[in-house]
Amino acid sequence: MAEPFQFELVSPERLLISEAVNEVVVPGTDGDFGVLKDHAPTMSTVRPGFISVKHTDGHESRLYVVGGFADVNPNGLTILAEEAIDVADIKAEDLAEQIRNAEEDFADAKDDDQRLAAATKLDNLKNMKGALANL
Amino acid sequence: MASLKDLRNRIASVKATQKITKAMQMVAAAKLRRAQEAAEAARPYAERMDAVLANLAVAFEGRQDAPRLMTGTGKDDVHLLVVCTADRGLCGGFNNSIVKLAKERARRLQADGKEVKILCVGKKGFDILRRDFGKLVVDTISLREVKKLGFGHADDIGKRLLAMFDDEAFDVCTLFYAEFQSVISQIPTEQQLIPAAVPEGAETVDLQGAIYEYEPDEGEILQDLLPRNVSVQVFRALLENAASEQGARMSAMDNATRNAGEMIDKLTTSYNRQRQAQITTELIEIIAGAEAL
Repeated sequence: MAEPFQFELVSPERLLISEAVNEVVVPGTDGDFGVLKDHAPTMSTVRPGFISVKHTDGHESRLYVVGGFADVNPNGLTILAEEAIDVADIKAEDLAEQIRNAEEDFADAKDDDQRLAAATKLDNLKNMKGALANL
Repeated sequence: MASLKDLRNRIASVKATQKITKAMQMVAAAKLRRAQEAAEAARPYAERMDAVLANLAVAFEGRQDAPRLMTGTGKDDVHLLVVCTADRGLCGGFNNSIVKLAKERARRLQADGKEVKILCVGKKGFDILRRDFGKLVVDTISLREVKKLGFGHADDIGKRLLAMFDDEAFDVCTLFYAEFQSVISQIPTEQQLIPAAVPEGAETVDLQGAIYEYEPDEGEILQDLLPRNVSVQVFRALLENAASEQGARMSAMDNATRNAGEMIDKLTTSYNRQRQAQITTELIEIIAGAEAL
C-alpha cells in the first residue's frame, strides 16, 4: 500500500490542490514520471499534458496542465502550472467551440504578434483535444 | 453674508456630493474584497516560485554560465523604472506616494550619472510624472479597460520587459508599487526585477543530504523559470496595487463623506440661525409698525 505524501498544484491565479495523495504522474518534458512518497529530489519542466492523481481514498483524477515546473523535495511535490483545468470541467462541445474561435482569431489576426498569440492558443487547444481523445 | 437661498443651494449640493462619495466608498469596499481575495489566491504560486528560485540560485552560485537575467549585463548604466499606479484618481495619496518614491530614485540615479528610463503602468502615474520626467517616459500601459486582472495582462508586460532587456534597452529594472497592508496603510515599495534578486526569506528545503536531479538540466530550467518569474513578480505587484488602490480609495472616500457631513451640519446651523434672525427682524418690524399706529 502506497504511503501518502503532500501534493500541491498551483497556477498563478490560485491554489488548485493542496492535499495528501498516494501517487502523481507528471508529464515531464523528458517523459512522464510517477512520484511516490520519498521520491528523490527532482526539478523538471512540464510539457502540456495530463497529470493523474491517485487520491488516498483510491479514486483517481486527471488534470490538464499547459506547462510549468514540477519540484519534488522531501516536503512533497509542487507543480507550478501555467494553467490547469480539471478534466471533469472540460466539455467536448466547449472545446470544439473554443477551437473554432481560436481559428477565427488566427484568420483575423492583423500582425505577427496577434497571429503568434492566436496560433499558440490554437496549438494549446488542439493539444488538449488530442490528449483527451487518447484517454 | 450669503442669503438664505444661497445657503439652501449649498446644503443641497454638499448633500449630493456626500451621496456620491458614500457610493464610491461602498463600491471600493466591494472591489477591495475581490482584489484582496485575488491577491491572496496568487500568493502561493509566488511563494513556491521564490522557493524554487532560491534553490536554483544556490546551485548556480559562483558559476560563469548563469543566465543573464540572473547575473545582469555586467553594467548598471541604464535603469528602467516600472511605475505601477492606478488608472483612476480620487484615491487619496495612493498614486502620489508611489510616484514620489520613483521620483526620488530617478533623481538619485541621475545624480550618479546614470541614464533613467521610465515605463508607466497606469495612466495616473504618467500624468504626475509627465511634468518632471516627461522625456524619460518610454511608454504608458493602461489597464483601464481590464475588468478582472488576469495573469495574461502581467505576462504581456513581462514579455515586453524581456524583449527590451534582450534589445539591451536597459541594464537594471526596478518595479514600483504599493504593498497592501490594510485599508489605512499601503506601503510604496521598490523591488529589483532584473537582474533577479534572490528572494530573501524564501525557505530553502533541507534535502537531507540528497542532491537535486534536474530534467532536462539546471540551465534549461532556469532559462524557462527566470522569464516566468518576471511575469509572476509583475502579476504580484499589479494585484497588490489593485488591492491598495481600492483600500486607499475606500479610506479617502470615507474621509470625504465625513467631511461632507460636518459641512452640512455647519451650513444647517448657520442656515437655521439666519432664518431665525430673519423671523425676529420681521416680528420686530410688525410690532414696531403696530405700536406706531
